[in-house]
Amino acid sequence: MALHGGNVKHKRRERIDRGIKVRSDDIFALTSYREFLYVSVPPVAPVILLLALPLILPLYWQKVLITTSVFAILALSWDFLVTVGMVSLGQALFFGIGAYLAGYLDIRFALPIWTTIPLATLVGGLLSAILLLPVLRLRGVYFSMVTLVLPLMFERTIEATGWFGGTEGLTGLKSFPNIWIECYLIVIALLLVFFGLRRLVTTDYGLVLTAIKNNDRAVMSGGINIYWMKAQALFITGSIGAFCGAFMTHVYSFVGMPVFALDYSILPLASAVVGGMGTFAGSLLGAFILVPLSEALRGIGGLRTVIYAVSLVVFIVAIPEGIFHYVQRKYQQFERWAEVEN
Amino acid sequence: MLEVTIIYGFINSIILALIALGFSLTFGISGVSNFAYGAMYIMAGYAVWIMINLIGLPFPVAAILAVIFTALFGLALYRLVLLRVRGMVISEVIATFGVGLAILELFRYLGFTGFEYTLPVFTDGSLMIGDTYIDHQRLWIVGIGISLALGLYLFTRYTKTGLAFRGIAQDEQTALSLGINSDRVAGLSVAFGSGLAAIAAILILPRGTISVNEGYDVLINAMAVCIIGGLGSTVGVIVASFMIGYAQMITDAFSGPHWKMIVSLVAILIILLVKPSGLFGKQKELEERI
Repeated sequence: MALHGGNVKHKRRERIDRGIKVRSDDIFALTSYREFLYVSVPPVAPVILLLALPLILPLYWQKVLITTSVFAILALSWDFLVTVGMVSLGQALFFGIGAYLAGYLDIRFALPIWTTIPLATLVGGLLSAILLLPVLRLRGVYFSMVTLVLPLMFERTIEATGWFGGTEGLTGLKSFPNIWIECYLIVIALLLVFFGLRRLVTTDYGLVLTAIKNNDRAVMSGGINIYWMKAQALFITGSIGAFCGAFMTHVYSFVGMPVFALDYSILPLASAVVGGMGTFAGSLLGAFILVPLSEALRGIGGLRTVIYAVSLVVFIVAIPEGIFHYVQRKYQQFERWAEVEN
Repeated sequence: MLEVTIIYGFINSIILALIALGFSLTFGISGVSNFAYGAMYIMAGYAVWIMINLIGLPFPVAAILAVIFTALFGLALYRLVLLRVRGMVISEVIATFGVGLAILELFRYLGFTGFEYTLPVFTDGSLMIGDTYIDHQRLWIVGIGISLALGLYLFTRYTKTGLAFRGIAQDEQTALSLGINSDRVAGLSVAFGSGLAAIAAILILPRGTISVNEGYDVLINAMAVCIIGGLGSTVGVIVASFMIGYAQMITDAFSGPHWKMIVSLVAILIILLVKPSGLFGKQKELEERI
């Protein structure tokens, strides 16, 4: 720096953990209500809010809450798959498989809702995992390519063959007794998936899954069969997606080709990217920002997908950390300008 | 019947090869993702339509301008978006896919659908081979398609730029140490690929109306050809195009046009199961497999 002459002071931004974070990091150090609240408000407040929302919202927004929760769950499952190193461009695949399974079980065997949804969840997860087995041996973009292709393939197949009602879809399916059950079922499912996945990735099992993303060869040399692990991760994601599909089938009492639409692939992806990948909380936050926003902007119709796509690009290029990581940083750390020693 | 299948299968294969060339140049040969490829194809089509019908330019001028414009757009896409996420595969895929999606859905929103959106053919007329009619446009497609494929083969083997394209995909560090500016080369590669997409669009789109959905089909077909042929191989692109092209024609002839699209999708899955690096793929064979 001497080249420029003089004493040019260079500064860099320094981030330091807040005192309250340092003190409350360890649960034994909690000594005041302030510290207790600092730790407990971020996880507890959203839970209370989510459980209270169905009670205070009007009917229309209850419906929006249901869609938002479904997209949030899909975003969580997308985020989980990314944690294992697989980037899906087609969550609609899992969603659609579940939706059609539930519809088919209902029409063909006249099973009650409480059987079709669990069955569709499990069988859907299994089917998704089997379908994607060929891609597991490849790294890089192959997984994205194939997941992009598969939902389209299902859509075309159903259109071409007329199976499962063809272009008409399956109508007159059983629906839930009332909207309260719908609301609370999906909200509780959302909380279960959210906390379940967060817990899962911190267990030993989750550690192995994360390691596959970071260095698959190292995991293999540890004597672990990574294809089997990846297949299990796919089953988990597939089941979660299939559950959403099966649930929506019974909410609409209808299932048709739109369940494989791009919306169900791009919105979860956009939610996770906008909210921030890797923490699950980000995906949740992203979905609860994007979906109600798009509902409020319903008037613009087809422009919605454009907005999702653009926000996706802007975030991935300019703010790759996402909203959640930014907020988290502000909550836990403060910043100051520090002089750099030459 | 057999004759028609053979001739139209040939033409269909050349069309697939033409569609895949640009994608293969960018993704296969230089290793840069461009999932906005289908959108660029459609964008070039609409650009020509707008220049002819709204501005009133003659077709040849409009076509050349559209190719240049699309290539510049590719360059801009690289400079503004891809450059910042280069090397992070996930981000590359998501960012380019997002750009493509935004373009396609914007066209849909602006109402660019309908029968009036057609491009003029190069020369009108048709030809008989045996009992089969072939219009001149298809002959143009075959002629230009074959010369472009040949050109690409020679380009990637005997020109410095072409060798640099392959170099940055094989080993970027070594390419850098040999004086190849990998950012510049990768940008050029996206631009060339986009230009090829525009050429393909101008040749192929006159066969029907321009529709937004075709953008997705183009991307999928291009991906299928590249995966099956193997990344980084021009010969692979040609062989894979012929395989899928004839397979599509045969399914079309025997079980109806709806099944046509499914062929390439099934082909991708089978090839990934049997030979993941593709028929002729050598590049990074080890790094992509685990």
